[in-house]
Amino acid sequence: MDSSRTPDTTSQEPLITVRDLSKSFGPNLVWKDVNLDVYKGETLAVIGRSGCGKSVLVKHFNALHKPTTGDVLMDGVNIFDLDYVGLRQIRQRFGILFQGGALFDSISTFENIAFPLRVFTSDTETEIRDRVMQALERVSLAHAADRSTAELSGGMRKRVGLARAIILNPEVLMYDEPTSGLDPQTSDEINDLILSLSETLHITSIVISHDMHSVLKISDRVAFLHDQALHWLGTVEQLKQSQDGPLRSFVRASEYALT
Amino acid sequence: MRFTLFHEFGLYGTLLYQSLRSSLESTTYRMNLFQEFVKIGYESIPIILLTGVFTGAVMTIQTAYQLGNAFIASSIIGSIVTQSLLIELSAVISSLVLAGKVGARIATELGTMRVSEQIDALESMGLNSVSFLVVPRILAGMLMFPVLYVVAAATGLTGGLLTGVLTDTLPAFEFMKGARLFFFPWDVLFGMIKSIVFGFIITSISCYKGYYATGGAEGVGQSTTQATVLSCMYILVADFVLASLLL
Repeated sequence: MDSSRTPDTTSQEPLITVRDLSKSFGPNLVWKDVNLDVYKGETLAVIGRSGCGKSVLVKHFNALHKPTTGDVLMDGVNIFDLDYVGLRQIRQRFGILFQGGALFDSISTFENIAFPLRVFTSDTETEIRDRVMQALERVSLAHAADRSTAELSGGMRKRVGLARAIILNPEVLMYDEPTSGLDPQTSDEINDLILSLSETLHITSIVISHDMHSVLKISDRVAFLHDQALHWLGTVEQLKQSQDGPLRSFVRASEYALT
Repeated sequence: MRFTLFHEFGLYGTLLYQSLRSSLESTTYRMNLFQEFVKIGYESIPIILLTGVFTGAVMTIQTAYQLGNAFIASSIIGSIVTQSLLIELSAVISSLVLAGKVGARIATELGTMRVSEQIDALESMGLNSVSFLVVPRILAGMLMFPVLYVVAAATGLTGGLLTGVLTDTLPAFEFMKGARLFFFPWDVLFGMIKSIVFGFIITSISCYKGYYATGGAEGVGQSTTQATVLSCMYILVADFVLASLLL
């Protein structure tokens, strides 16, 4: 881990502030009283066991889920108080790579990436083509532009999803299990891509993962969800030295030897 | 059980309310509107032609059979077939068939989009998914079903007339004479009103079941089945209510 990437979280205002957030689905509590800040330019990993509510937590950051109690502030504004137009503006500051890519299967790879441009910009057809090809080149898939999404492999779907997520130049990129279901080599390519996007586009990244190899490679800070709460929050260096029982147990179970 | 029923009606009502509000955002849903006209209207024409022809044919044969020994003019067969088709059968039978074709397609499409996070992807881009996915389907259903009703009624009458001629039951001019004798424009209007309501029922229930689908492939399958069964059920209920109110 390059320590120069670790942001100085004490000297800047958080981009996203999560305050006393709790979420239940009917009688089932997912987690409660989560407090968390996300700083501009950092890569924050959210880890925890399957079903602990990592995706649910992160989907509150752009109001795809509504909390049972608590607030999420972006630039000091509570996003749950916004009307539809305000919420749309907040959502357009985010790009999301969904777990399975969430590509629209009725249209081609090219059209999937062009979709946000067609809906939200007044770009000409030539400008759209240029921007889509640029995004595809960034994820090394320029040759697959005209393919149907059904013909794409798991890794390719994630990369196309990533190209679509960055096409509107978001400030924050959220990755939902970016390496799950991929072989180690493709996982590493995706990790390198996430690092490269963070560095070249200066994007704030939030990564949901239980792949500890990936987490340690790409993250600045780590948030560990355990026992229906945000159990641990700290930098990657702190994680490596942490003696916290549940955290060490989770990391060891991920078959990653702490150094 | 009672809670589930209230919950379902609440969710359905919320979706309809959101659709109504979203119908003002024409820039979002007009992208999909033409495509839905084609899928719901144009692509349903073959099955509607088939349904219409056979409904008309069976009506002629059965009416002739039922009136076989009665001392009445044979042209009355044309009257009964025409009125039955215009008031009831063209709208109801074609809608029941379309509940399977259109309803199942909508529920499966939206259900798959829901469980594969495609709807979340639309929302995360800042797009109103109700306006983009639900409004054009409901609008296209309400606008295309009356057109399909007219097609079904026209082919039904043609099928009835041809069957009368081909089976030597009654000549074409007798059928036409009977059809004209009891033809009231209100019957056609009533059929069209019914088909608008049926179009709304099928598309709104199917959108609701698909939009809120959960649980992967099995969940989508269940939503599709429920969408089709509920659509058929509510078509029959609405048919009774409309007949009671308007006839």
